[in-house]
Amino acid sequence: MTLRSRHLLGIEGLDRSEILTILGQARTFREVLDRAIPIVPALRGRTVVNLFFEASTRTSTSFNLAASRLSCQCVNFSKATSSVSKGETLLDTARNIEAMGVDGIIIRHPAAGAPHFLARNVKAFVVNAGDGAHEHPTQALLDAFTLREKLGDLEGKRILIVGDIAHSRVARSNLLCFTKLGAKVAVCGPPTMIPPYVEDYGCEVFYRLDRILGEVDVVNMLRVQQERITASSFPTVREYRALYGLTAARLRKLAPEVVITHPGPVNWGVEMDFDVADFSQTLILPQVTNGVAVRMAVLFLLAGGEHPEG
Amino acid sequence: MTRRLANAQAVQSLVARLATQISRHNPGVKDLALVGIKRRGVPLAERVAARLNAGRKSKVPVGAIDITLYRDDLQMVAETPIVRGTEISFDISGKTIVLVDDVVFTGRTIRAALSALLDFGRPRAIQLAVLVDRGHRELPIQPDFAGKKVVTRRDDLVDIFLKETDGRDEVVLTRVGQSQRPKAKSQKPK
Repeated sequence: MTLRSRHLLGIEGLDRSEILTILGQARTFREVLDRAIPIVPALRGRTVVNLFFEASTRTSTSFNLAASRLSCQCVNFSKATSSVSKGETLLDTARNIEAMGVDGIIIRHPAAGAPHFLARNVKAFVVNAGDGAHEHPTQALLDAFTLREKLGDLEGKRILIVGDIAHSRVARSNLLCFTKLGAKVAVCGPPTMIPPYVEDYGCEVFYRLDRILGEVDVVNMLRVQQERITASSFPTVREYRALYGLTAARLRKLAPEVVITHPGPVNWGVEMDFDVADFSQTLILPQVTNGVAVRMAVLFLLAGGEHPEG
Repeated sequence: MTRRLANAQAVQSLVARLATQISRHNPGVKDLALVGIKRRGVPLAERVAARLNAGRKSKVPVGAIDITLYRDDLQMVAETPIVRGTEISFDISGKTIVLVDDVVFTGRTIRAALSALLDFGRPRAIQLAVLVDRGHRELPIQPDFAGKKVVTRRDDLVDIFLKETDGRDEVVLTRVGQSQRPKAKSQKPK
C-alpha cells in the first residue's frame, strides 16, 4: 500500500497505484487542514530541510506548512545566504546539513538530476521540489488531486497542457501523471517550445490553440518562464498572447464546464488575461490549498515509520 | 486455544447495556454526541446511537475518528500506516462526547483519540464506552461504560467481529501458547 522508494524523485518512478495512494492519503490530510486546530502530531520529532537553490515562494512555503502541520520541524535554506556563495558543492552542503541530523531533504535545484544525485549520496529521504526542466512531482500530484476533486476519476478526461512544454518541469511531470491516471493528454505551444519526440509520452501535439481548445475538459496553462527561455525560441509577449494566451475572448468561447489550472505564479496578460482569475472554473487557489495536503501526504509516507532498507 | 466470549445475541445485549448506561449517566442525552474510533468503534457508535435515538425526536450525532496520526508508536512501526480519515461533521465544543471503541487494552488508542478529539474543539466532557474491557492498561485511562470485563493474559488476543466490518457479530479470545507465540502478528495497542 505504501511507496516502493523512500524518495520522491519524479512521477516517472511512480506507478498508478502509488500515485493513487498518495492522492488518497492527501484527501485525509485535506480534512486535517479544515480542523479547528489543523496540526497533527504524526511526525513529531522529525526534521526536514528545505534546500532551495532557486527562487520559490509557493513551493517552499507549501512544504514548510505541510511539515508544520505534521509537527515536523522544517529548516529553510536559501542559496543566497548560504556558503554556496562561497563555492560549497551541492554534496558538501547536503552532507553538512545531514550531519546536523535531518531526516529528509526537500530540494529544488536548477540542474536536472540534482535530487537523484543527492538520493544516491545521503541517508536522508529526498523529495524533488523541482529540478531544472526535468520534473516537479508534487506539482503534478497536487494538480491531479485538484482535478480529481473537481472531475472525479481522470480516466478518459481530455487534458490540454499549453505553453513552453520543452522547458517546463511541470509539463513533464503533469504529462506523466495524467497519462498514468488514464487521461488523454494533448500539448500545445509554439513549435520552438515543443520538444522533439514528445509524442512518445503518449500525447497529441497541437500548434494552434484554437483548434483544440473547444475539445477538452481541462486547460492546464503553464507559466512563460522568462528565466529559462532564449530570444530565439520565444516570439514576443504580444505574439505569444495572441496565439497561445488564454485571453478574455478565448475564455468567453470556452464551454462553461471546462476547468483551468495554472501552477503559478501567473504572468497576467501573457499566458492568461486577468479575467481568468475571476472565472468560476479556475482552480488556481484550490491548487495552492491542496498543495499543502498533498505535500503532507508525501512527507508522511516518506518520513512516517522506519524504512528497513536504510 | 480460542474461546468465544460472546455470540451475536450477546453482542447485541452488550450494546444495549452500553446504551442504557450512557443514557442513565447523561439524563435526557442532552448535548450528547458519540464519536467512534476507527474502525470498529464506528459501527458500534452507530448502534448505540440508534438505541439512544429510539423514541426521541432529536438525534444524537455520530462522528468517526481515525487515530493513526496521533499514535505514539509511529516512529517504531515498520511500514507507514494508511490514514483512514476523520469525519466529525458537528461542532464538539460544549458537547458531552462519548468515545466509543470495541476493546480497551493498553489505553494508548484512547490517549491518541483524546488528543485527536481535542484538536476539533473543547468539549464539555469526554466519556469512554467500550464493548470489552480486557485490562492491562499502560496509561491511567478507565472506561466510564464497559459492556463486559474480561480477565486476560497480556499476550492473549481479543478479537471483536462486527456485522458491518466482518459479516458477523462475535467476541473471541485467543490464548497463544508460550512457545508458539507469533512474533510478526503483534496486536496493535488498544
